[in-house]
Amino acid sequence: MVDIFDILGPIMVGPSSSHTAGAARIGNMARILLGDKPVSAKIHLHGSFAETGSGHGTDRAIVGGLLGMHPDDLQLTYAFEEAKKCGFQYSFDEINLRDAHPNTAVIVLTGEKGKKLTMQACSVGGGRIMVNKLDGIDVNFTGDYNTLVVRNRDENGSVAAVTSILNQCRINVANMSVCRHKRGGDALMVIETDESVKPIQLDFLSELPGILSVTYYDKNKGEASDDD
Amino acid sequence: MTIDSMQDIFNLMAARKKPFWEVILEADMEERQVTREESMAKMLVVWQAMKDASDTYTGTRHRVSGLVGGDGMKMRQYAKRGHAMSGGYVSDVIAEALSMAESNACMRRIVAAPTAGACGVLPAVLLPLSKYAEYEELNQHQILEALYVASGIGSVIAYKAGIAGASGGCQAEIGTASAMAAGALVALRGGSGKQIGDAVAMALKNLMGLICDPVAGLVEVPCVKRNVIGAVNAVSAADMALAGIKSRIPVDEVIDAMGEVGRRLPVEFRETAWGGLAVSPTGLKIKENLHSKKKQA
Ligand code: SF4
Repeated sequence: MVDIFDILGPIMVGPSSSHTAGAARIGNMARILLGDKPVSAKIHLHGSFAETGSGHGTDRAIVGGLLGMHPDDLQLTYAFEEAKKCGFQYSFDEINLRDAHPNTAVIVLTGEKGKKLTMQACSVGGGRIMVNKLDGIDVNFTGDYNTLVVRNRDENGSVAAVTSILNQCRINVANMSVCRHKRGGDALMVIETDESVKPIQLDFLSELPGILSVTYYDKNKGEASDDD
Repeated sequence: MTIDSMQDIFNLMAARKKPFWEVILEADMEERQVTREESMAKMLVVWQAMKDASDTYTGTRHRVSGLVGGDGMKMRQYAKRGHAMSGGYVSDVIAEALSMAESNACMRRIVAAPTAGACGVLPAVLLPLSKYAEYEELNQHQILEALYVASGIGSVIAYKAGIAGASGGCQAEIGTASAMAAGALVALRGGSGKQIGDAVAMALKNLMGLICDPVAGLVEVPCVKRNVIGAVNAVSAADMALAGIKSRIPVDEVIDAMGEVGRRLPVEFRETAWGGLAVSPTGLKIKENLHSKKKQA
């Protein structure tokens, strides 16, 4: 059965679940995966996002998401004003990608501590999203699960080390994929888990040998906020 | 057991001796592994969000496009003067559908039901009820029951036919919302499962073939006003079913037919804004104006 709360939901700021709610979630996802407070962003819009994006508030929604707003946050309408207030720099342009979903955005994000992230993601309908690329590496995840993104040196044993820690923490892995850059070098693990991962467990993971960084998207925090 | 058709729901109702809404509630508990209380609490949040959206509507917000804003308030005031052709409940339904759909276009918070474009239909038939004496004893529990019925119907249609304008046209969005609202009303009035099925079938049949042709690709024209036909159509389908009128074509067959029509709709009529009102001379002019505004900005 299709989830009844996908039928009566999401609770969201209009006008379009794909162009507004999904766009806010894309912004949010990028913010979280950066693992740093974003200070500037270059946002490239593709296809229908570029065509009808401003009429649907796609631009505001992405900026709002980057500032940590959820799809149901009425402040999304004032995302540009909010960005100005906190000195967040952003720019938009159009991009033409090959083989990309019509509702795709590429976000190049820089954080306060100098961290950088390039994320390509698309909005697939009903407010759902899919992340397609992280820093040039092909990935494929939705944020419907708790999601760990682990960057590691492409060497023996890191995958096993991470999974064994998760196992010890009794965190069940729902899906896992190991993706590497075509040219070799760094690799990336995307691990979707049933249980949520605690901050202390994240620290533990990031201290493992060969692990470069760990970022974590918690599906409950990424979802619409219940309060306010 | 999975629920893939209206018949599946009827079968479960018979097997468990439970009403429609409870079959859906139990399916949700099973599906998401939650308790009865957790599921109902989440449904209450949905209802609260619908009420909030209606309560905070002022009619003063307008879209940058200049296409949308203020019509819900116009209709509310007109209805209040008491001379509306439709009168009473139905004119309130019209006003509510306009208000909610406008709120969506103006970036207010709404509940997609089943989509954001069609968000006005279901709340439009439920929200005005509280104003009428004969529904005074209508308690929150009954409203939640009606919402479960609506969501179950939407879930079946989403599975069998699809609910996105981009894949099935407006019949899949407004049509589905209308079917959900019709079923919810029948449930509220104590109709049987079969009557819910008939109301769903009639609501869908009457909007079958409706194309998706948003001007300039925005969820504004004709979307806001289509929420009205979705809601009013739901009221009439519910009344027909409650009067004992049956759909000659069984509900699951109607849903399949709607799906088939959607798949065969030319792409011009599926949210691309390449056909229908979107390419009317005025529609095209609006699009052009918006583009030049965008360039200037
Ligand atoms: S015309 Fe298209 S965008 Fe507008 S309500 Fe209908 S399906 Fe949605």
